[in-house]
Amino acid sequence: MRKILLPLAGLMILAVLLAACGSPSGVETVEVVVTEIVEVEVPTEGEVQVVNAPGYGEILARVQERGRVVCAGRTDLLGFGYLDADGGNIGFDIDLCRAVAAAVLGDPDAIEIVPVTAAERGPVIQTGEVDLLSRNVTWTSSRDAQWGNFTITMFYDGQGYMVRGDSGIESQDDMDGASVCVTSGTTTEKNLAADFRERGLDFEAVIFEDTASVYNAFFEGRCDVTTSDRSQLAAVQAGADNPDDYVILPMIISKEPLTPVVPHGDDQWFDIVKLVMYALINAENPAYGPITQATVDDVLASENIKGRTVLGAEGDWGYSAVGLDADALANALRAVGNYGEVYNRYMGPDGIAFTLPRGLNIHWTEGGLIYAPPIK
Amino acid sequence: MSSSNLPSKSQGSEGIIPIWRDERALTAAAQVISAILMLGGLIWVGVNLLEAAELRGLSLGFDFINEPSGFPISESVIPYDDSYPFGTAFLVGLLNTLKVSIIGIFLATILGTIVGLARLSTNWIVNKIALVYIEIHRNIPLLVLLFVWYFAIFNKLPPTKEGLELPGPIYLNQRGLFLSWPRLTETGEGFAISLLVGLILAIIAWITLRRLRERSGRSTYFAGVSFAIILVSIVLGLALSAWQPLWIDVPVFEGFNFTGGLRLTPEFAALLVGLAMYTAAFIAEVVRAGIQAVDLGQMEAAKAVGLKPMQTLGLVIIPQAMRIIIPPLISQFLNLTKNTSLALAIGYADLFFVGRTMINQAGRAVPIFGMIMVTYLIISLIMSFVMNAYNRKIQISEKSV
Amino acid sequence: MTETGNTQQASVNIRPPSPTKPVVWIRRNLFNNWFNSLLTLLALGMIYFIGRAVLEWVFTTADWRPVTDNPILYLVGQYPRDQLWRVGVSLLLVSFLTGMSWGKWRGIMRTFATLLAAGFVILAIIPVGGQMGSLTVRIFFLINLPAIFLGFLLGSRRFVTARWVLGGWLFSFVAIPFLLHGIGEGTVLPIVETTLWGGLMVTLILAVGGILLSFPLGVLLALGRQSSLPVIKGFSIVFIEGIRGVPLITILFMSSIILALFLPPELRIDRLVRALIGMTIFSAAYTAENVRGGLQAVPDGQIEAAKAVGLNKFQTTLLIVLPQALRAVIPAIVGQFISLFKDTTLVIIVAIVELLNIGKSILQSDVTYLQLQLEVYIFIAAVFWILSFFMSFASRRLETVLGVGER
Repeated sequence: MRKILLPLAGLMILAVLLAACGSPSGVETVEVVVTEIVEVEVPTEGEVQVVNAPGYGEILARVQERGRVVCAGRTDLLGFGYLDADGGNIGFDIDLCRAVAAAVLGDPDAIEIVPVTAAERGPVIQTGEVDLLSRNVTWTSSRDAQWGNFTITMFYDGQGYMVRGDSGIESQDDMDGASVCVTSGTTTEKNLAADFRERGLDFEAVIFEDTASVYNAFFEGRCDVTTSDRSQLAAVQAGADNPDDYVILPMIISKEPLTPVVPHGDDQWFDIVKLVMYALINAENPAYGPITQATVDDVLASENIKGRTVLGAEGDWGYSAVGLDADALANALRAVGNYGEVYNRYMGPDGIAFTLPRGLNIHWTEGGLIYAPPIK
Repeated sequence: MSSSNLPSKSQGSEGIIPIWRDERALTAAAQVISAILMLGGLIWVGVNLLEAAELRGLSLGFDFINEPSGFPISESVIPYDDSYPFGTAFLVGLLNTLKVSIIGIFLATILGTIVGLARLSTNWIVNKIALVYIEIHRNIPLLVLLFVWYFAIFNKLPPTKEGLELPGPIYLNQRGLFLSWPRLTETGEGFAISLLVGLILAIIAWITLRRLRERSGRSTYFAGVSFAIILVSIVLGLALSAWQPLWIDVPVFEGFNFTGGLRLTPEFAALLVGLAMYTAAFIAEVVRAGIQAVDLGQMEAAKAVGLKPMQTLGLVIIPQAMRIIIPPLISQFLNLTKNTSLALAIGYADLFFVGRTMINQAGRAVPIFGMIMVTYLIISLIMSFVMNAYNRKIQISEKSV
Repeated sequence: MTETGNTQQASVNIRPPSPTKPVVWIRRNLFNNWFNSLLTLLALGMIYFIGRAVLEWVFTTADWRPVTDNPILYLVGQYPRDQLWRVGVSLLLVSFLTGMSWGKWRGIMRTFATLLAAGFVILAIIPVGGQMGSLTVRIFFLINLPAIFLGFLLGSRRFVTARWVLGGWLFSFVAIPFLLHGIGEGTVLPIVETTLWGGLMVTLILAVGGILLSFPLGVLLALGRQSSLPVIKGFSIVFIEGIRGVPLITILFMSSIILALFLPPELRIDRLVRALIGMTIFSAAYTAENVRGGLQAVPDGQIEAAKAVGLNKFQTTLLIVLPQALRAVIPAIVGQFISLFKDTTLVIIVAIVELLNIGKSILQSDVTYLQLQLEVYIFIAAVFWILSFFMSFASRRLETVLGVGER
């Protein structure tokens, strides 16, 4: 044969490989459907598992088959997503993931936390690579359109500024010409620029790609101010060598409703996650018990109809429609407790991370914004 | 061997060699097949892309270029803030990359040449120091080096108020290096233009007069004429600008930072220093190889003719070494330019960093990424083109001798 | 050593001063003219001041806690501590195979084996804390030495052919990732997700995997570039020049994030594999250029002779051209492996926790480590330097052994 054979052989192998890797499936574009994720083993394994494009019910089926819920989270933010001494994942956002796992699989530890950078948050839920994005994500209209379905706000936060106590800064006007450290690619940097521009003030932006470098630079003195969600600032302040040297200024320059996100296209999974969140919130309502981690069985044994409905002992709170067991929510509550317990565990007066007053995050029965539809 | 397949003298080759063994037919078939496969592959990729875009609501257009970017950039050569469009932001990133590349290339070449020459020195200590320098920078990854320079050195400089003050005044502290810098006054533009024109004329004069001298043998005082031209242009410029062409911009501490003067941020400085020192080690090896490649006989002959060492180096060795040095040297320049993309690890707003921020803020991953790749490709193609042109020119001039 | 200055007695006893005497050597090499003397003095002064400052810092002011508290993090990252035996088995396998290669091929392999053994000895005796300082781990490192020796003994046996050894290496490249990743819950090999892999282990996997996978791709590209079919040639050239013209970071970014959009929606790839793909593509373009140089170095006479003997194009390429070309190219490939090894630090951009990134994470894990960047990054630089230097050393030995450039 001639000189064509070798390159031809190469091309044929390439073509066979490409063909073997699955073909584009016919996709209905009536509604926006999201893609499937498949964990492909490291190249030693054989064929790639090909699953059909998802729609209603696919994520739940996939989660049950896989045996765990994959959540995108953080491993470096005190209070929300960080590591304990043994390297295990803990935090407010992590507990939300565990609640979902407990409801769906019965085991709160059946989770896998995928650490993602701020830049990857969108793509990772857009592609459906993770089942739940529980990572301090601000709910905005454009993100809701682009990234995925935002469930329900679990933490009403706002962007603020942190400065050194001895700097004498009390308002933005004092910051004219200051150096401000901020993370790139976030709404934080946009809000910062907009705030200063509206006030006609100047600032020097010191921008890094990863958040750790931002706070590192601030503590080193490279900049005078740093800005972020106030909860994040509180976490960072608590983690500093000398927290009392720093002050979080009282003003809020932008709303930051932090909300867990699920991929577009699967309404069942959307409903499931929302139901779990509703359960956590409603459980704190005295009219439902209140149900705490410890008192789940007590409420089950009691006469409280609302409480028993949530726990699955009476009526249908919707579990048959979404394909869960009746006691799914009960399992979730047993795993992490109600909203107040989750909050206080990390950020309460005895919180293991730091103490941050609940502020707007108080239950609606006491005048705050934490509110959920009734479960019945 | 059967002879039945050989064409007999009276017949042509058609009909004797079956088509499936005819080389021309096979080649043609292979071309067609490979073209189809290639095209098919591209179409498949394209279809997947469009499907994915539709699926996830991603837009592939470039309409975002004129929308306000909404994000700040830490340093910029041109005026910029968050109200400027995305297109300007991209340009800012590009200019930052070019700024660091050009200055870096300049510094790295100077430093690299010095180290390369040191490596050839007969002085044992100097030789070994150069060796240590080269070995250190060749074995440590550039990113680690940048981390050391930025996080461990530049960030640890004393805070603004306790910084170093050098005569000038020049201030060195954690927020950067602040230099007193001359700037043009309003009338100073005349001075600048005059100087520029004078320089160009002087260079032209130098080259033409020198060539004239080489050809005719007469002395044409090319050096004197050139200097005279420059002098005249300076005087003219001063006269045009009312004898006050420049004013010194002194950095002054106001509020939180120094304002005025020329400022080098620690991010820029760390990137520049790290890149320059890293590339200089490789340039040193290139220079050394180039000089060592020049035949020893050249040096001996130069000595025999009576040239001093410096003259030998300048007139005999270096011109010949340049032929060997230039291609890998340009390749190192290219590496330096590509390595500026590491800037995002230390917070310098280069093209890649700005591009990535744009992707996050505008949400258009594919078009912006395409822009980034194409820009880098254009830069490297231009440099390769320059190198090839220079190479060709050198080759020709050698042959003509 | 007598030197007569008087030319009247020029014929008697003129001998140049013996070059080995230190005083003479100093005079000749350091002070032979005034310029050099000045330089020497300056250099000596510089060395003294810098050297003293550095040594003082290293041994007194520096706080090495981030390095010594838990050094095993630098090696394996967050790999579950109770599954570390799998990493251990992988290491033993590599040691054994290195020993076998030494036994089979001697020569240059002895250098590799010695370096590996020296590395284990050093790891076993360094004074550190944490899990790495425990007796089990130290003994484990030492056990690798007899493993190498056992491999050597086995490799020297006559019945063990080169094919066995090569097969062993091939098996290990497949078995090790499989072993590290695992099968599933409830089995003896529970799955350890690649998000938990970290440190030097990941660096080596990326580097070795990258160079191995890029090799066949690079050869194909080089052959394609030489092909007479314009489509293939054009594609190869565009691919090679395109990849070489952009920074590695953009390629990693593309393979991690953009590539997902070009593939069918059902196909999802593990994050470490994505980074590996990026490194492979990048390395393949450079390998292609190296191989092209090798291909051009094969004398035309070889091809003509092959034609005369009756080999067809395919056989010529496979049996005559490629072996000669690749042999000339091996030093360049090794050089490229070393470059790739250093370039693995760039995967920090796609959130892979390799050696540099783990240093960064360690700095952030404890608030008292805040001021200790210099220590951690200098330590990582030193680790890279040592590994890279010895790899270059072995590469230079390889060149001498292969006799490259001496023909």
